[in-house]
Amino acid sequence: MYRYDNYDHSIVADRVAQFRDQTRRYLAGQLTDDEFRPLRLQNGLYIQRQAPMLRVAVPYGMLSSEQLRMLAHIARKYDRGYGHFTTRQNIQYNWPKLEEVPDILADLASVEMHAIQTSGNCIRNITTDHFAGVAPDEHVDPRVLAEILRQWSTFHPEFAFLPRKFKIALSGSDQDRAATLLHDIGLHAVRNESGELGLRVIVGGGMGRTPIIGHVVRDFLPWREMLTYCEAVLRVYNRHGRRDNLYKSRIKILVKALGPQEFTRQVEAEWEFGKGSPSVLTDAEYERIAKHFTRPAYELLPALDPFYVEALADSRAFTKWTERNVHAHQVDGYASVTLSLKKTGLPPGDATAEQMDFVAGLADRYSFGELRVSHEQNLILADVRKRDLFALWLEAKSQGLATPNIGLLTNIVCCPGGDFCSLANAKSIPIAEAIQRRFDDLDYLHDIGELDLNISGCMNSCGHHHVGHIGILGVDKNGAEWYQVSIGGDQGNDAALGHVIGPSFAASQMPEVIEKLIDTYVDVRTEEERFIDTVKRLGVAPFKARVYGSREAVHA
Amino acid sequence: MPDVIRNGAVTPDAWTFVGLGEGFDAAAPLPTGAIVVPLAAWQAQREALLARNESIGVWLAPADDAEALRGDLGRLALIAVQFPKFTDGRGYSTAVLLRRAGYQGELRAFGDLGRDQLFYLSRVGFDAFALREREDLAGAIASLRDFHETYQGSINQPAPLFRRRETAGTTR
Ligand code: SF4
Repeated sequence: MYRYDNYDHSIVADRVAQFRDQTRRYLAGQLTDDEFRPLRLQNGLYIQRQAPMLRVAVPYGMLSSEQLRMLAHIARKYDRGYGHFTTRQNIQYNWPKLEEVPDILADLASVEMHAIQTSGNCIRNITTDHFAGVAPDEHVDPRVLAEILRQWSTFHPEFAFLPRKFKIALSGSDQDRAATLLHDIGLHAVRNESGELGLRVIVGGGMGRTPIIGHVVRDFLPWREMLTYCEAVLRVYNRHGRRDNLYKSRIKILVKALGPQEFTRQVEAEWEFGKGSPSVLTDAEYERIAKHFTRPAYELLPALDPFYVEALADSRAFTKWTERNVHAHQVDGYASVTLSLKKTGLPPGDATAEQMDFVAGLADRYSFGELRVSHEQNLILADVRKRDLFALWLEAKSQGLATPNIGLLTNIVCCPGGDFCSLANAKSIPIAEAIQRRFDDLDYLHDIGELDLNISGCMNSCGHHHVGHIGILGVDKNGAEWYQVSIGGDQGNDAALGHVIGPSFAASQMPEVIEKLIDTYVDVRTEEERFIDTVKRLGVAPFKARVYGSREAVHA
Repeated sequence: MPDVIRNGAVTPDAWTFVGLGEGFDAAAPLPTGAIVVPLAAWQAQREALLARNESIGVWLAPADDAEALRGDLGRLALIAVQFPKFTDGRGYSTAVLLRRAGYQGELRAFGDLGRDQLFYLSRVGFDAFALREREDLAGAIASLRDFHETYQGSINQPAPLFRRRETAGTTR
């Protein structure tokens, strides 16, 4: 993975010093709340319901075991012993003290980490495929370009006060695992017929109040122009994006208002000035960064390990886990493993300091000392020998990290919601837990098969409810918490936005509503059909009839 | 008139800004001396102002298009860009566009700005700053050097770090 050199260290150290001084001036009354707010937000610091919340950047989800140990240390020393992994591959702490944040940033800097631009109206953490570098369907390892984007976007002087936040995602494989169609800019690394590397550029996707699938503004951008083109997009947005209405300020609204064609014309006109400028990338820079992402020292192994095959035959529970939590790898004899942070009864995405330390140890022993955070809020060991899978499973199980539910209904993607977030309309964690409890029969869960269930506590959509096969959105009705249910959302290449099935429900009704949706599916599915396929084939109607038919929902 | 930071030092300011209040009439008679006029007044009274043979400045509001001054960049001794709220970042792009078009005179940022904005402002081409009244200007100057290094190219350093790194031939 990428390691800092002296330039990177100096830039992050200057940031720590700058924020320490800003915090000091704020506490001394020299900066007002309004003046300090954007400064702290650009360091990931929110003031939340309970206390400040600090969001730490995990660039494109990559972590070393050393960094994860530091995250555990921070959880213990400055927080209440746990952290929450987010849908943008970052980690949040819910209980830090404002005065201590500069010290936390200094601790992070000691392991090449920071909280830069994890919030605020600026370019946020760059995200990518959590199987980057190991996925069999990959054409280009997106991490090299992601790191180049990280450096370019860090403290970009022109784009620190945009109309609204700005998110960039990158994918380099057949399957889009980075939701690039739902970002302000989505980039697909592709090769043209002559084998040259380029990018398909998608602009103006997003979730939130107005969910929109992004528009392709350029089919093939030579990779060396990645930064000049992104600057052109951002300059058009910075100048013309709306600033009078918070809900209309994302770039997707500008693209929609101008029309994708006119928007593209303006970007291309602006890009004329960037082409050929010093910001055009060089082969030397690509190679310098790529050196950080060379393959680890894989052993020459048989594709099928006899010990692994034997373990599969012996243990049904192990087999179930491998079916869900073990993923194909580019190299024979290796696999990627998802450690589930979705155990029933614990907030989805939460990990205790002990679990973090433990996973750091697993990474050291089984996966070259590295791991990834997935946008589904789990942790991934990318390079595990198949021979070690059984031992790893036993160890992970001992710490509650082997719930065999990846891709299944209980792998719920869930934002912090009303328990922590001051923007929430409703709680989300207790809803996730109630649903997990209702579907606690593992065999049934596996029989239901692949299903993404996503929950957001408000329209900001941090829980990505629009793209859940089942999406749940917390809504406020006269001060009471209600939940709107949609079905048919999807991520990846077939990205689609869910359809609301009807009036919202009270919290207590939610497990039953989900159960009825699942019953409908089980009744009418064809063999091999996933929940989402059935919804696509039959539409919302049969599901709606079942949910609302028998008993009128309590309308709010 | 309050001092400004210019070229890295606190200096007195001789310019008078015109038309900052509401309901300014672009055609109204303008005072004499070194004045900075709103874009609309410049457009309405350009010939008369040029005939004065005095230093003239124009100030731009966030929504004003820098393109409107393209033909006059060599005639203006000052272009000032207003930041009514420091969180409205349009002025940063305005500065980039003016410098890119070849403007070489004083480019001043003014309005709701504090020392914490100085570093970014200086990177996009501003060389003069009129900050909020209660800012300690002498202390604020230090923030022009909040960072020793930067990754991306910008107006004050067009070569991104990766180009400079290559020239230096080392990764330090
Ligand atoms: S979706 Fe809403 S409630 Fe949930 S974390 Fe985001 S802002 Fe908070």
